[in-house]
Amino acid sequence: MSKFPIHTKPFGIHAILVEWPNEVMHAILEDILQFQEYLSQKLDPNQWEFVPAYNSLTLIQRDEQIEFDTFKAQLLEWYSEKEAVKPRQKYLWRLPVCYDLDFGIDLPEIAERLQIPIPKIIALHAENIYTIYGIGFLPGFMYLGGLAEVLEVPRRATPRLKVVKGAVGMAGKQTGIYPQESPGGWNIIGNCSIPIFDANQNPPSFVTVGDQIQFYPISRAEYNLHKIEGEVGIYKIEKIKLNA
Amino acid sequence: MLKVLKSGFFTSVQDSGRFGYRDKGVPVAGAMDGYTFRNLNMLLENDRDAAVIEITMTGPTLLFEENTFIALGGAEMSATLNNEPIQNHKNYRVSAGDILSYGKLERGFRAYLAIKDGFRSKSVLGSQSMYVPITELNHLEDRAHVPYQVNQTFEPRITEFKLDDLLDETLLEAHPGPEFKTLHDKQLEAIFFKEFTIAKENNRMAYQLNEAIGEHQISMLTSATLPGTVQLTPAGKLIILMKDGQTTGGYPRILQITDQAISILAQKKFGDTVSIKLL
Repeated sequence: MSKFPIHTKPFGIHAILVEWPNEVMHAILEDILQFQEYLSQKLDPNQWEFVPAYNSLTLIQRDEQIEFDTFKAQLLEWYSEKEAVKPRQKYLWRLPVCYDLDFGIDLPEIAERLQIPIPKIIALHAENIYTIYGIGFLPGFMYLGGLAEVLEVPRRATPRLKVVKGAVGMAGKQTGIYPQESPGGWNIIGNCSIPIFDANQNPPSFVTVGDQIQFYPISRAEYNLHKIEGEVGIYKIEKIKLNA
Repeated sequence: MLKVLKSGFFTSVQDSGRFGYRDKGVPVAGAMDGYTFRNLNMLLENDRDAAVIEITMTGPTLLFEENTFIALGGAEMSATLNNEPIQNHKNYRVSAGDILSYGKLERGFRAYLAIKDGFRSKSVLGSQSMYVPITELNHLEDRAHVPYQVNQTFEPRITEFKLDDLLDETLLEAHPGPEFKTLHDKQLEAIFFKEFTIAKENNRMAYQLNEAIGEHQISMLTSATLPGTVQLTPAGKLIILMKDGQTTGGYPRILQITDQAISILAQKKFGDTVSIKLL
């Protein structure tokens, strides 16, 4: 696997930020995740957390102060050795989305703006495979890359005070799911019937940065059935092992 | 059990926070004023992570249903135990039937009630800190019950802390943040030579400051944020993330305030002033 020039910066006294070239690129994400995998063998998971996102990896120490210069040298050494570890097994998660207009409340406006009929928008959205470049903003909120260029629409001029749980949105080059009800400025095109974040599970979210997502359209009836299954806790999530 | 007779403005159970789920987007949470949190648990000879009750602006009325020991700290809110005034940083014995209530907010913004051996509410993902959607609610409501253990035998080694509180401190010390170097001279001058006032938008997630330091058009890829991260919005305003702050963000992280500065800021309310010093 290719190596990139990386930069380390102190981030307060309990954290250190490692940055890769400032680009959204699959090879960069893979390199970050392999480094994270190697670090998770070198550093005590009860004392360290790792937050990967796009072109960066942040290492956070629970209590202790990090001695930056010493630690930086150690990190660079580990970076040069990281090929020794096998990358984590990644998955493609297939997530059901109901694109009914009751859920896809912004579909008519997007169709008008893009001059693409609604069924075509849905087909394009469900056709691509998206990569999870980060998880944040809300618990379980995925930053997905890979949206078709023709579907790019700006964020809404005025954010909504309330976007419902499960809402599937698009803004700029991004698409994603609101895992909880929250305020939000993305254009809403549907609703995912499977809970993305569940605090009663450990880990609370089945997705991990580096995994992939594909959406598939479901009818309103299937959506309702999934919701009932979800309430009794028997929903099944389709996952496919990805080759490393 | 502790029975919440009246919940006050915003009263919640908090401990040292939730560690290990930031990669799933779960904020750390935990006591906003970590300095007071640690001191009270030390005074009661508790575990350092023992859960306390955090009380914001207007205090609750609380009924103790079993005997134990308590200590108060943080904001001064004219607290009384069975109508007798009680002080911060002091151990008190409480008996079943005692009522703790709060009056006028005198100093600070967040008061803490610590109890011998900590409150024993349900732990979710390794912490009792209330934060939706990890816990069902983000604060205690009227008639809520919070479990604790009876203790009749505690003999405190120290009954009182002669301790400086941070309530009157206004200086926030900060390390340069990852994007510190994107600041130009005018912005640097505005940050370090002027006072800021706390905006209406202040809560457990973040404190916004009113004064703008100059617009910018820097666009960056989303990356990790921490409690204490100072973000610069495109309009030039500073947002300081606190314990419930989001785990990633897309605004330049110009500064990282110290743990002590987070505790100082946690005691500030709308209209208070602070200044920032670079370490």
